[in-house]
This record gives sequence, C-alpha cells and structure tokens, in this order.
Amino acid sequence: MIKLDDKIPSGPLNEKWTKYKSTCKLVSPNNKRKLDIIVVGTGLAGASAAATLGELGYNVKIFCYQDSPRRAHSIAAQGGINAAKNYPNDGDSIERLFYDTIKGGDYRSREANAYRLAEVSNYIIDLCVAQGVPFAREYSGLLDNRSFGGAQVSRTFYARGQTGQQLLLAAYGALSRQIVNKRVELFNRRDVLDIVIVNGQARGIIARNLVTGEIEKYSAHAVVLATGGYGNVFYLSTNAMGSNATPIWSAYKKGALFANPAFTQIHPTCIPVHGDWQSKLTLMSESLRNDGRIWVPANKEDAEKLRKKQLKPYDIPEEKRDYYLERRYPAYGNLVPRDVASRAAKERCDAGYGIGTTGLAVFLDFKDAIKRLGKQLIEEKYGNLFQMYQQITGQNPYETPMMIYPAVHYTMGGLWVDYELMTTIPGLYAIGECNFSDHGANRLGASALMQGLADGYFILPYTISNYMANEIHTPKVSTDLPEFKEAYENVKERINKLISVKGNKSVDFFHKKLGKIMWDYCGMSRNKKDLQKALELLPQLKEEFHSNVKIPGKIDEYNPELEKAARVADFIELAELMVLDALQREESCGCHFREEYQTPDGEALRNDEDFAFVGTWKYNNNQKPDLIKENLKFEFIKPSQRSYK
Amino acid sequence: MNLTLKIWRQKNSKDKGKLVTYKVTNVSPDSSFFEMLDVLNQNLIEKGEDPVAFDHDCREGICGMCSLYINGRPHGPVKGITTCQLHMRSFKDGDTIYIEPWRAKPFPVIKDLIVDRSALDKIIQAGGYISVNSGGVPDANAIPIPKHKAEMAMDAASCIGCGACVAACANASAMLFVGAKVSHLALLPQGQVEASIRVKKMVSKMDELGFGNCSNMYACEAECPKNIKVTNIARMNRHFIASKLFAEDKNITNTNF
Repeated sequence: MIKLDDKIPSGPLNEKWTKYKSTCKLVSPNNKRKLDIIVVGTGLAGASAAATLGELGYNVKIFCYQDSPRRAHSIAAQGGINAAKNYPNDGDSIERLFYDTIKGGDYRSREANAYRLAEVSNYIIDLCVAQGVPFAREYSGLLDNRSFGGAQVSRTFYARGQTGQQLLLAAYGALSRQIVNKRVELFNRRDVLDIVIVNGQARGIIARNLVTGEIEKYSAHAVVLATGGYGNVFYLSTNAMGSNATPIWSAYKKGALFANPAFTQIHPTCIPVHGDWQSKLTLMSESLRNDGRIWVPANKEDAEKLRKKQLKPYDIPEEKRDYYLERRYPAYGNLVPRDVASRAAKERCDAGYGIGTTGLAVFLDFKDAIKRLGKQLIEEKYGNLFQMYQQITGQNPYETPMMIYPAVHYTMGGLWVDYELMTTIPGLYAIGECNFSDHGANRLGASALMQGLADGYFILPYTISNYMANEIHTPKVSTDLPEFKEAYENVKERINKLISVKGNKSVDFFHKKLGKIMWDYCGMSRNKKDLQKALELLPQLKEEFHSNVKIPGKIDEYNPELEKAARVADFIELAELMVLDALQREESCGCHFREEYQTPDGEALRNDEDFAFVGTWKYNNNQKPDLIKENLKFEFIKPSQRSYK
Repeated sequence: MNLTLKIWRQKNSKDKGKLVTYKVTNVSPDSSFFEMLDVLNQNLIEKGEDPVAFDHDCREGICGMCSLYINGRPHGPVKGITTCQLHMRSFKDGDTIYIEPWRAKPFPVIKDLIVDRSALDKIIQAGGYISVNSGGVPDANAIPIPKHKAEMAMDAASCIGCGACVAACANASAMLFVGAKVSHLALLPQGQVEASIRVKKMVSKMDELGFGNCSNMYACEAECPKNIKVTNIARMNRHFIASKLFAEDKNITNTNF
C-alpha cells in the first residue's frame, strides 16, 4: 500500500511557505540550461509556468490542442480574481482569504495549501498590473474591487466580464516573449495521449499531431500537466468543446493517484438547456449576483402559467415572489457559495416552482439594480454579459429578468499532488484545475484564476527546482529508449483499434449518453441507488462504445472525430471512477450532496469523524481501483457546520 | 427551418478545393450556427461521408478559435459577434448559405474551413507584451492609471485574435489586430517604456509575414466581433511615426527583450 507523503513543512502555518522557499534546493543558471521541462496546456497555469520556467533558464516545450496558446479555456473566465490586498479597507487579510477558502471548500482541503494560495494571491495582482492587465479602476486611478460568493469582503479584481481573457493574454504575452527568446518551444494542435515513465520517473510524452496525424515522441527531465478540468464528462458543461481529461487519465493509468474525482462544481448561473441539439452551456458570471436578485413565483399556479407563457415575469407582483436565497440565507443572500445556490435552485424547481418552458430555470432579476443604479452603470458593469445573454436567448435582460439554471462548470478533483505540486510519479507535476489541491469540496468564485496563476508563476518554479537539483547529472533523455517505443506503440494500437471498430453510432451519440447517465445519477445530488445504477450502466456504455463507434476518415490526416473518440473513451472510464468516489463518500460536503445525509432543513451534513480525508484512487489495471486516504488535519481552523444564514 | 448550404470542401493544403451543396432540414431557430453544422456532420457521419472540419472551441465568443465567411462576411451577418454566437434565428427558412474559410495569403487552408493563423502569434511574439519577469514588480496600486485610459486600454485589449479583420480586408492587412495590441499597451504607463520599440518590431513582423497595408476602408472595424475601433490603427501610426522621428528612439532596433 502506498503511503502518501504530503511533504508539508513543519512549523506555524504562516511560516511554512517562507521556510520551504528558503530551504529548497536550487539549480544554478548554467545547469538550468541543460534541463528540459515539458508543459502540457497553455491556460493560466500552463502558460504562466512555462513563461516563468523559461525566464529562469530551463528549456521548455509547451503543448496545446488549439491552434494558438491564447485559446485555452481560462480565457472564458468572466468574473474576476481574488486577492487579499484589502485595498477597500473592509477587513480582508491573508488569514481571512485562507479561512474563506477552507470554509467554502467545506473543510475538505489542506490547510497548508490553501494558506499558501492566499499568501501568494497579492503578488499575482502586482505582476498582472505590471504586465499591462487593464483591471477596472476607480476615478482615483486606483484598482476597483467587487464581491463574490462566499465572502463578506470585496476582494475580487476584474476586467469587465473578461477577467480570464485579460489574465490569459498577459500570460500568453509572457509566454510569447520566451518563445521568441527561444527559451520555450511551442507545439500547437497536438493532443497529448500518453506519459512516458522511465525507471519510475516521468521522462516524456507521446503526442498526436492533429494536422498530420503523426504520433510524436518528446522527452524531458520533468513533465508538468496543466490540462484543466474534466467537466466534459457530462457532455453539456461550460467547458470548451475540446477540454479533455486524456493527459491526466493517462497519468492515472501510469500510476499517478487521482483524488476526489466526485467533486464536481455545478455553477448556479448558466443559461438553461434549450433542446437536444445543444452542444454546450454558457455561464453567466457569478458577479451578476452582486446586483441581480434570484426568485421564483411563490405560488405553483403562477409558475405553471409562466411555463405556459400565459403570464409574463413582471405580471407577478412583488408579494407573490419568493426570493428564496434571501429568505433562506439572510446573512449572505444572493451571494451564498455556488454549491448552496445551485442546490437551492434545484430544490425550488423540483418542488414545482421552476419557470421557462422546461420548468428547469429560475429568474435572475436586475430591475431593482437598474432602478437603484441606473441602466448606464449596469451596462458598464455587465454590458458584455447582457449582450451575450440576449444573443443566445433572444431576450433583453434590461427589460425582462434573465432565466438561469445550474450547469457543470469546474472540477475540484484531479491528480493528487503533494505540497510541491508533484503527483505520486516522481517528476510528474499537476498544476491548476487538473490537480485537486486547494478548493476542497467546493471552489469559491474568482479563485480558479488565482490558483492557476499562483501555481504557475509563484509555486511550481520553486518546487520544481527542488527536484531538478537532483537531475543535473542526467543527460538529455533519449526518445529512443524502449519505454518511449513501448508507449508509442501502445498509442498507435489504441488509435488503430478505435478507428477500425467501424460501427454504427457517432462519437457524439456515446458522449451524450454518457452525459445523461452522469447528470441523472451522479449530478447535483446523489444517492446510493442512483450511483449503483450508474455503475451498472457505465461498463455497458464502455462495451458498446468500443464495439459500435463509427469514426470516419483516416488516421494520418486531420480527423476531428478521431480526436473526440479518444477523449470520450477516457471520459467513460473516468466517469466510473467519479461514481465510485461519490459512492464511497457517505456524507454530504460542498458540491457533493448525498441525499441520505442532510440536515432537517436540507443543508449538507458533513461527517468529519469518518470522512475528513482526501479520497485518492490507485489504478489497478481492469480491477476495481484501490482507495487510499490522506487524512486531513486541521490544526488552525476548527471545522464547523458551514452556515451562511 | 430547411436550408441549403454551399460549403467549401478541401482535403488538405495541397488540394484545390470546391463548393459542395448540402441540405439540412428541421433546424431549430434557437440553435446556434455550429449546432446546425453539428447536425449536418452527424448526418454525414451516418452516411459514411467525411464531416466538415471547422475550428471552434469555447463556443461562447471569447477564445477566438472560430472563423468562417458566412455569405461572404467574416463571422456572418450580425454585427459584434463571433460565428459561435450566431443563432439560426438570424436566417430565414429556405435560405441558401455560403460557408467558406477565411481567404488571406498569410492564412493557408489546413482542411475544409480551417486555416492556419499562427502568423498572428508570430506578430505577438515580436513584441506584443511588456517585458517583465514573474517577480520584483511594484505594488499594484503604486502607479494610478486614469480610469478613462484604463477603459480605452481595455477596449483595445478585448481583441480575441480571430483574424476577422484580416479576412475582411481587401489587402489582408493585420493593422487592426496590431493596432489593438500596440494601443492597449501604449495607453498604460507600464507599457509606455517599450512603446516605440514595440511598434517598430510588430509592424515589421507584420510586413515580413505578408500582410498587406491599410487603405482606410474600415471593413475591419465593421466586421470585428469585439467592435475594436480603427482609431487604434491611427494611434499605432502615430507611435510608429514618432518612433522613427525622434533621434533617441531611432537607433533602438532589435534589442532582444
């Protein structure tokens, strides 16, 4: 049995990272030049890591499946990035951001990691401003802040509704600078299909050139995965169409442990599903909850009439509306954390108060805010979001309330990493959304951008040198090693197998089916019976996929269906692990709501006695994977029932 | 809705390519343009034909990966949006829609509707950034920036790098793309330090890659999905001329930054 070593330095919480930084091993500049690092993914985590490692003098190769590193899905993050600057003087501090992160994650994350995240958050803002990120400002010329869910202070920095875009473009600029300086080499339009392990250490990758179809081998002294989340398991999500789990799934199958796969965040404010042909869901930023009020009719009859379009939203008078978040959670109101807001919406809709043609929607209403602040100010704050909403739905949110419903958005689970962000495979790192480390069972809004950039700019560059210091005598790794040949052959065989099935159903057919199983049985709320049902259905789906999928075209050409097929094959396997994890966790915490475990008023009921651990899974060929627990120790915060009332 | 589609099919960069006619039926007006193409592709796969290849990723109008001339216009008929945000309610039942890849010499076709836009990355690599390393920077509030300047910088920084400006331009000029980046950075005090070197490097890279010049037709502004203004081109030209004019800036070329 593997014993997990979290490598957390001893000593007081606020000194751990300083202590680590001043004692970790360093690599001299002339040795850095001899060391190669592969980074997979060009989102906030990947781009910032590659740029910083390039600046430090390592030889970096970076890979993305898109045509340009600037397309990575971090670009779509709207609302903002948290930092403990306390510029508004409203009582914020590193301790408070740390506390909010642990509490928001429902006491299922590591204290030391969350503290470090809060600690480096301020450097991120300084750096981004220096890089030219046009954050929102006050008339004084100083930076503006707004509030996000799960916080009682305003600590979110933003650039209109395009914060992710601006941060990513800044990281992409830093990356571009290293590319032209020849410290980083870019490989675009590549899918990374396997990780190569030599003598127990990560030494390279196998990639498919998506334009030519060629299978390629790349070697390095260390490999960094920054591949984002696996929300596309659900088919419909706010992820990009190409977002996938293949690199982390390959790592898992090569022995890296996978932590908390069941922890999937369902974002409360997305545009509701319209029809069967729908390919993706669009998020409406959480920042809208600063000014928008969420409600449904207080009477079922009114809800029914709204669904049948016999009534319009504003036909319902104030006293016949139920602002259910304000009613249930007076202290936080519309700004409760995401998991709480999502479940409350589901509760109302399941009880028959939902609106929209499907009954699976609630109102997000700006009428009061427009009255209070004026249309112009609302337009300045949220203009692009309103425009996006109108384009998709054909309705004008200045005149009629928005309709929203929860949708799959972010995955807190991911590869298990220690304090150094290294997986259980030496030399293999996981940063950003693809690791599990900082958000516990629920991530707070505006914390994903913070974590991606913290990992890439300020954490990994230190921790990787602690490993690289032992690699200075390792010569350039050859891709002629038998381990590379074996991985290369395996990938080729896998692709050959997929394309030669020549069945009757398209990849999308299976992906949609997978999504439905997961949303119905392992979605916003879960129970033992449903999860067991999913465990029956998923192996059948896997079997059907591998015997009946139809992939047109050839291997050695641009073949988007083949790309999708390889991704969906991995999603089906990962889905099973998610269900297993949801089944073993017999408690409700954060986004993981088990119907069997709730308080009398319907809140998540945690069980710290039995489940204060990270559920980590070890691949076991085709047998059931082993569950290995990392017990969570709370030395500085005493876990209590989360209350936002 | 029932539609006739005339779609450019081209096997690879060497193939000559041609327009092929397809019919799609029962399209929901609430579906997006790409969802309509998804339906077409599912039908093609069922029939054992090669589906139409097109670039797309976020499908929410921000990643800049999608492209397409739709009835001759980059990103289709609706102003201020990308193709992925275009919905079928913008068309009428019975319409014939022409769908083609972007045509510009620096954007060679890879397959069907997919073109290679790495030339835009190369222009950014030439200098579209502020040369700071990760660390050793002043506090974020150390330098106040007038709100209107920050807003103008943000307007320019909204560019998604899709290349619609190049596709719209008769000269295949990338002036709006380059002007947006030059303006975004030159409007901020942090970006002013390198402003004159930056503009020279980016403009010369743009010329080198075969993009044409601007002849003030403003088609780029009209087709830009993010409504980037041509005033950014004017600002770039001003900086460019200034960088050639003053002796202290004149001799700074090709510094590796």
